Amino acid sequence: MACTESECVADCVRRAETLAFADPPPHSIGYMPIYVPRELIHAAGLLPAGLYGGGDRLEIIRGDAYFQSYICRIPRSTIELALSGHLDRLDGMLFPSICDVIRNLSGMWQMLFPDRYVRYIDVPQNFDPAVGGRFWRHELETLRRDMERIAGRPIDDEALRNSIAVYNENRAAIRELYAQRSRAPWRFPLSEAYLVLRAGNSVPPEEHTALIRDYIRGAENDLSRREMDQSRVVLAGMFCEQPPHGLLVTLERAGCAVVDDDLFLGMRWIQGDIPLDGDPLQNLVDAYLTASATTASRYSPEGHRAKWLLESYRRNEAEGVIFCAPSFCDPALLEQPMLVAALDRAGIPHTEFKYSEDTGQFAVIREQAGTFSDSIRLWSAS
Amino acid sequence: MKVFVGIDLGSTTTKAVILDEEERVIGRGITNSRSNYDVACAVVREEAFVRARFTMIERGLRTPRPHVIQDLERNFRLHQHLEQLDRLREAMLMLAARRGTPASIINGICDEMAIRARKHFAPGATRKSDFFRDLAAADYMSLAEAIREVSFESLCAIYDAAILAVENLTLDRAFERHIGSALQETEDGESLKEAVGAACNAELVESGSVGTGYGRQRLPFPKEQIRSEILCHGLGAHAMFPGTRTVLDIGGQDTKAIQLDPNGIVTSFQMNDRCAAGCGRYLGYIADEMNLGLHELGPLANESRHRVKINSTCTVFAGAELRDRLALGQKREDILAGLHRAIILRAMSLLARSGGISDEFTFTGGVARNSAAVGALRDLIAENYGARTINISHESIYTGALGAALFATRSAVRGNA
Amino acid sequence: MKENSMLLQKQLLADHFDALARARDEGKKVVYTFVPGNLNELVRSFDLLPVLPEINALQSGMRKLSGGYITEAEKSGHSEDVCTYVKCDIGMLRKGNIGPTGKPLPKPDLLLLSYTGCFTFMKWFELLREEYDCPVAMLHVPYQSEGRIEPHQREYIVQQLRSEIIPKLEQVSGREFDIEKLRSMLRLSSKAEDDLVWVLESAKNTPSPIDAFFAGVYYLGPIFSAFRGTEDAVQYYRTLRGEIEERIANKEGPITPDGPMKGERYRLVVEGPPNWTSFRDFWKMFYEEDAVVVASTYTKVGGLYDQGFRHDPDHPLETLADYALGCYTNLSLPARVDLLARYIRDYRADGFLVNSVKSCNSFSVGQLLMLRQLEERTGVPGAFIESDLVDPRYFSAANIKNRIESYLQMLDQKRGAA
Repeated sequence: MACTESECVADCVRRAETLAFADPPPHSIGYMPIYVPRELIHAAGLLPAGLYGGGDRLEIIRGDAYFQSYICRIPRSTIELALSGHLDRLDGMLFPSICDVIRNLSGMWQMLFPDRYVRYIDVPQNFDPAVGGRFWRHELETLRRDMERIAGRPIDDEALRNSIAVYNENRAAIRELYAQRSRAPWRFPLSEAYLVLRAGNSVPPEEHTALIRDYIRGAENDLSRREMDQSRVVLAGMFCEQPPHGLLVTLERAGCAVVDDDLFLGMRWIQGDIPLDGDPLQNLVDAYLTASATTASRYSPEGHRAKWLLESYRRNEAEGVIFCAPSFCDPALLEQPMLVAALDRAGIPHTEFKYSEDTGQFAVIREQAGTFSDSIRLWSAS
Repeated sequence: MKVFVGIDLGSTTTKAVILDEEERVIGRGITNSRSNYDVACAVVREEAFVRARFTMIERGLRTPRPHVIQDLERNFRLHQHLEQLDRLREAMLMLAARRGTPASIINGICDEMAIRARKHFAPGATRKSDFFRDLAAADYMSLAEAIREVSFESLCAIYDAAILAVENLTLDRAFERHIGSALQETEDGESLKEAVGAACNAELVESGSVGTGYGRQRLPFPKEQIRSEILCHGLGAHAMFPGTRTVLDIGGQDTKAIQLDPNGIVTSFQMNDRCAAGCGRYLGYIADEMNLGLHELGPLANESRHRVKINSTCTVFAGAELRDRLALGQKREDILAGLHRAIILRAMSLLARSGGISDEFTFTGGVARNSAAVGALRDLIAENYGARTINISHESIYTGALGAALFATRSAVRGNA
Repeated sequence: MKENSMLLQKQLLADHFDALARARDEGKKVVYTFVPGNLNELVRSFDLLPVLPEINALQSGMRKLSGGYITEAEKSGHSEDVCTYVKCDIGMLRKGNIGPTGKPLPKPDLLLLSYTGCFTFMKWFELLREEYDCPVAMLHVPYQSEGRIEPHQREYIVQQLRSEIIPKLEQVSGREFDIEKLRSMLRLSSKAEDDLVWVLESAKNTPSPIDAFFAGVYYLGPIFSAFRGTEDAVQYYRTLRGEIEERIANKEGPITPDGPMKGERYRLVVEGPPNWTSFRDFWKMFYEEDAVVVASTYTKVGGLYDQGFRHDPDHPLETLADYALGCYTNLSLPARVDLLARYIRDYRADGFLVNSVKSCNSFSVGQLLMLRQLEERTGVPGAFIESDLVDPRYFSAANIKNRIESYLQMLDQKRGAA
């Protein structure tokens, strides 16, 4: 077929965009950011559907009635989606322990939808196998039983092992995408990669893995993509409420090549492959204890977060860091001063701004990101 | 006869309503709330009593003569206006003398203002405002602009100082003082003479009064005679439209959503939080930013074919956001349509918090006069609650004062029992 | 006129802050920790001195210092969006860490991070660790999402106490864990708790002899903070109880800053914390309308004693676990609604009021839904006001007064209609 590589990429991105904002299909279990063990849901034959708010297209008609003006946007749009019937096909909702807002949202769900399955996933903050590990295993056993009940079939170890393998593949593809982006961000702009990743919230992981691989292959071979004069930056703060897509486009147009970020962190929460032999449930527990990513919602003993950020900066040969956090996001905004201090100590340039999922105007951000990008280029040239 | 007075001291206007013993409205008044609330209160009360006497005249006639009464009232207003003008002249002359501005200039302007005043109150003439300060200011400024000997700025300074002083004077016994000359100038005035005489001599015994509104704590009333504007608004809306179960009031500074029982008793209410986003004041900013009059916003928004989605109604960012959008090439009417919808969306949230929208629904406050806001509200109510009777009264500005007057009547009745 | 209990409490606090000021010189070790679910008996059993930054922050609010502290923290890069307790504490630190009695506070030897019912606690002590570079002991208290304490949650906490908290306390204090000492302190806790519950439930009388919110926060001071498990606390609650018994016998209402309340026209239940920067003005808006608070949830952030919990010396670690799990802000939203509905019924309330504070998402998120559900379940109308804990910029007196008045008049009108 006479299809150029660039047309293939465009097609892939279009497909990803359609999927990225799709309603969850039947037989799915919705979950809020950041981390849930999706393997357990998948092994029951259900689809884990990541819910990341309503974006900037959804008009909030009912959701605002439930929240005071000083609460972030994601619970409003999530409630809006539910009350307007968009989530009716979900077989259940999981609320991981991200912050007090999402925690209480789980209780609101219990009150608003008393007939639906709701579970708060209390992710442990203790990483001792005999303590946090035991607790987490208990939580996962409960979740496993619940999923079995909803699916109407048992989850045997073989099925769970298979699901772990499927997600190992998915994580490997995502790692590959990040590695490629870090090598050549102009070939894999975040504004595209974002859509490709986000599509994974509403399609089976096998399909998502294929989509990522298609995209990588297409973009790699797209000769029309040229290296651009951009500054290499790490983005931090976007792990829960999502930036509008236009904001990512704005950053790139302002001269920022994003080489690492914390978007959809749950998809790559476990760093590396989870072993397939032995007790698969225990393997999930151990992976959480030993191979978890780090984020503001997780307790950070001895300044782990700052270490992670500096490491990412160095590994990805970045030139600066942009803190881009949602307004009223407690975890991101409370930890920001600590990370800023660490960057200052290391002499790393940084800038900060806030957004909300429905930010409609990017003029200020364009200006600020452009100035930042210019200044770090001058700075690294000198 | 016994009468009952309700006064609503709002952030921009003060309103008074007078009821008779049968809870019928016999007089109403409105004035701008000034820095001196006592004066605003006295002025508005006097005006309502004047209007009450006109009602007495109407009631005293065997055959109704609406046109003659209209004429009489117009002439009466002219005399009131001229009296105010005299006071303004006095105050300005005093200030002019102190500043060394020639008296002849002030007198010249004031003479011309008096001539214009007669035109404002000529039969069939329409006035831009019924407030003395608005009419006088417009006339004065246009006349002062033409003066060459003294700078426009210094003439403005004289006016500004004088109008404050004049506004803070109360003019009592207005009816008795002006009705005679007004009657003489009224064609066919003879036919009213008897009724006017009776109205003049009638004793209006103020048998109860209740104050409300945001400035109610500063009204010269004892505490038992103060009611919250929520209660007054609820009862007022119930009196205007007895089927009312839900009330939305969008005023300059705040938005209120109120639920009522079948007797007009408030069962639940919600108000906007400390942020004034989405209130009437916000539309004021937008109008200023677009160089439009407040009343022009609605009609312009109604011309929109492709409404823009606006997410924030924050007054702080309103100007910047507007300029950004205009710079992007978005049309004024489309932006305005989006803004009106955004304001109403906020109101919808408050309504939902207070318990939703029941039938019938009554919309009051300044924003209820904006056709685009009303349109957006109708759409959203239909989409989210289905068919509802939506009441909007031309006299909705008096809702709070009417409720207060009703409370005055009822507590007097209870007091006697 | 000061009551004995008030003088006693004042003395307790003064002595404690004196001891803290002398701690360095006397070689005493200091532990910073949080109020909800605190392990005061355990800390004290190691002879360590507790400091509660939340209490310092609210005291700064009452002494009108918080505004300046918050500005200080925001200048150094803290967002205007986040919890003002944290910013007040950071600002106070930058200004020399002077405690509420005017004496300097010692630096912590250990940050005991009991992560109970509030996510912000975790970040707060991460921030303090950056300042002090001292060890942190983290106690993760799971959430009662299903409306009850699950055995594995209790076990998880006990294991953390054994493997993480106690070893670190031993290390910092240089003492061995003495379970008998802990038991004897828990016994004292339970004694004081009996009297406290009696005090809180005295509000079931008509007229209520206490205000269970505005005065309640004073009554709760000793037991929520550094004094639970001490003889001093036992004595305080015994004295307080005696005073209230007398007020009941004399049919007297609560004592307010302007003297005893005369009438009782409205009995209210309050959900949410108070505002501290205008505490007196806020209280006055109630008592000048003869409104008395008969039950509140804020006075349960340090334990739901009135629902039957007592520290149990026979199961020392398990009881600490249950205590931490049982704090009000660790309850699910449906459980909070149940509790409030019970209060409205048991205390025969005419109404309930939600004070929604900007700083505290743990309290605030979902309150608008709670309000509706409570109205539906109890038929009692609710009021909703917004303010903040210690940010004076978020207390609009005129606005709040307007709402409270409107609400009380609405209650009157409904009563008249009934």
